[in-house]
Amino acid sequence: MAGSKIEQTNPDKWDMVISPQRNLLDLRLRELWHSRDLIMLFVRRDFVSVYKQTILGPLWYLIQPLLTTIVFTVVFGNIAKLPTDGLPSFLFYMSGTLIFSYFASCLTKTSETFVNNANLFGKVYFHRLTVPVSILISNLIAFGIQFGFFLVFMAYFFLRGTQLHPNWWILFTPVLLLMMAGLGLGFGIIVSSLTTKYRDLRFLVQFGVQLLQYITPVIYPLSSMSPKYQALIRLNPLTSVVEAFRYAYLGSGSINLLQLGYSFAIMLIAIAVGAVIFNRVEATFMDTV
Amino acid sequence: MSSTVIQVENVSKAYRLGQISSGTLSDDIKGWWAKARGKPNPLLKIGQDDHHNREGEYIWALNDVSFTVEQGRVLGIIGRNGAGKSTVLKILSRVTAPTSGSVKVKGRIASLLEVGTGFHPELTGRENIYLNGAILGMKRAEIDRKFDEIVDFSEVEQFIDTPVKRYSSGMYVRLAFAVAAHLEPEILVVDEVLAVGDAEFQRKSLGKMGDVAQQGRTVLFVSHNMSAILRLTQEAIVLEKGHLAIRAASPEAVDYYLSAKDARAGERIWEKDEIPPAAAPFRPAALRLLDQKGQVVETVRSVEPFTVEMEYYLDAPLTGLRIGLYLNSARGDQVLTTFDTDEGARFEKYASRPAGHFVSRCEFPKDLLNDGRYILGVNASSYRIRRYFMDEKALAFNVDTSGAPGMQWSEPRPGALRPRLEWKIEKK
Repeated sequence: MAGSKIEQTNPDKWDMVISPQRNLLDLRLRELWHSRDLIMLFVRRDFVSVYKQTILGPLWYLIQPLLTTIVFTVVFGNIAKLPTDGLPSFLFYMSGTLIFSYFASCLTKTSETFVNNANLFGKVYFHRLTVPVSILISNLIAFGIQFGFFLVFMAYFFLRGTQLHPNWWILFTPVLLLMMAGLGLGFGIIVSSLTTKYRDLRFLVQFGVQLLQYITPVIYPLSSMSPKYQALIRLNPLTSVVEAFRYAYLGSGSINLLQLGYSFAIMLIAIAVGAVIFNRVEATFMDTV
Repeated sequence: MSSTVIQVENVSKAYRLGQISSGTLSDDIKGWWAKARGKPNPLLKIGQDDHHNREGEYIWALNDVSFTVEQGRVLGIIGRNGAGKSTVLKILSRVTAPTSGSVKVKGRIASLLEVGTGFHPELTGRENIYLNGAILGMKRAEIDRKFDEIVDFSEVEQFIDTPVKRYSSGMYVRLAFAVAAHLEPEILVVDEVLAVGDAEFQRKSLGKMGDVAQQGRTVLFVSHNMSAILRLTQEAIVLEKGHLAIRAASPEAVDYYLSAKDARAGERIWEKDEIPPAAAPFRPAALRLLDQKGQVVETVRSVEPFTVEMEYYLDAPLTGLRIGLYLNSARGDQVLTTFDTDEGARFEKYASRPAGHFVSRCEFPKDLLNDGRYILGVNASSYRIRRYFMDEKALAFNVDTSGAPGMQWSEPRPGALRPRLEWKIEKK
């Protein structure tokens, strides 16, 4: 607290006021920014601790998406013969899984914030959002590793002469990731705050994410659906992001700015609602957990 | 010139008793749905109306508490279990918010509510110093600067790159305390953490706390140990059932606390409303101090044996029940602990007790205690299964040493025991 010395000259100036009321929309971002060292240490803790005492260690970051992609390729591509817009089914599924699982892991891990850290939160105060934010960052790093892996496969298919059409929309990737992170964070903190009271939601989240994957164009292109279903699937804010990601790198799929704007709006609403619930719960959740 | 660094204004905190809501979403929805249709909540017990249920479920852990702390003061906080000490600390350390009222603080506040929070067993000592430091509010650069000092203080430099899960519990605690002790906050909140570690380390820790106060920082110290309160604080507040009972110089506050009515003369009888529902099926009736003739007394003579009896009811049979007596000096130092089934044969015989009315009687031999005031605590538990009932300060009594060995000298004799020991003096 560099400022405390100066403030002591003014007897009416307090550094901190603890009271029952607080502005529910205020996420105290400045305080969060001051906690950046802590966020980075949480990220580091997650990386170091998760794969300790495993034989393959960080290789798991690559094995998980690889196996999912292979299973999808075999089951949906080779057995069910779902269309993939003329792309190699392997790349098609991998691109979808990659971006979707970034959202999915942000959501599921964030949704456990309060319950998993009850012990810690019960004893020390630090900005509670440092935990979800560190989760977004750890997952982003994991995504980065997997993304590099994806590029290797892309290059491999490209060199074998497959027609791929990466384009300038690639530059839009950070925005897409931001949207996925925002959606994961927003819904994650809503669920997380509610699970302090209702443990049911933990199961619902695991299950819900699996279901969500089927109404997101991960294993099928949006264009393959009849207009009636397309309209339904477009209601899912993840749809436009997955489609745009695939379009940018593989040249199939679609970019629909209106649709992306819709997803962005949903993200903002989720974060705002999340912030309100989070702030309410944060103040007293130790009494309920 | 000192300025106020903590200002607690009319702080109250209500907790809901028992289960919070029904715990599952579907049950809550059923409740709301029933209410919306104007029907009684199907999940409430019969005969328990909605209003009563809600009113009765709140307990005021703190009720309109106000106090201020000046910079550089060491303030003790005393009170029985459940008096609201921990709640004050939790609110100050922002772990939970008050229900009403406000707290204003100047400077960084750090609590040692429990050392080692946030330690991750898989991480090394070094990594944990950084992580724990950051959780407690230190910047990375600050930890870098103090790193060597922390390691020195913790005495674990050899193992600093070993995961802490391989540490002994002593090493773990030392490292954790070392981090916390180097926080250098303007305000330090300490809750009996000094009870951990070996004697040497405790001495160091107390010294560190003294240093903190010397440097003009403010310390709030919560303890059951009256000697520690007297030694470390100049001033103390006493909390009683969520109210601030008194604020005074430490010796006065300690006296007030010790003489408070909660430890009665010679006999402690538990009224129905004093027995926590969680004690069932155990139901305490009375704890009595009896002299040789079987009369309830407040003062026992050290040259005579005395008896302590605990009378209680069991509303259901209990397995493994043991009644324990804790004898402490009034200043909070432990003298002894004893259980009614300590003896092997009795332990076998009373492996389980049927429902009914019981008395467990313990005879204390003569020539045991030194003069002074003592506190008897009582406890009913099944080892490693459950604690049914506990009252740490059930009864207070005095010991009179007239006729005891060594009374020919009028000097005070330190120590809680005054046994009559066999001395032999030989001339060689």
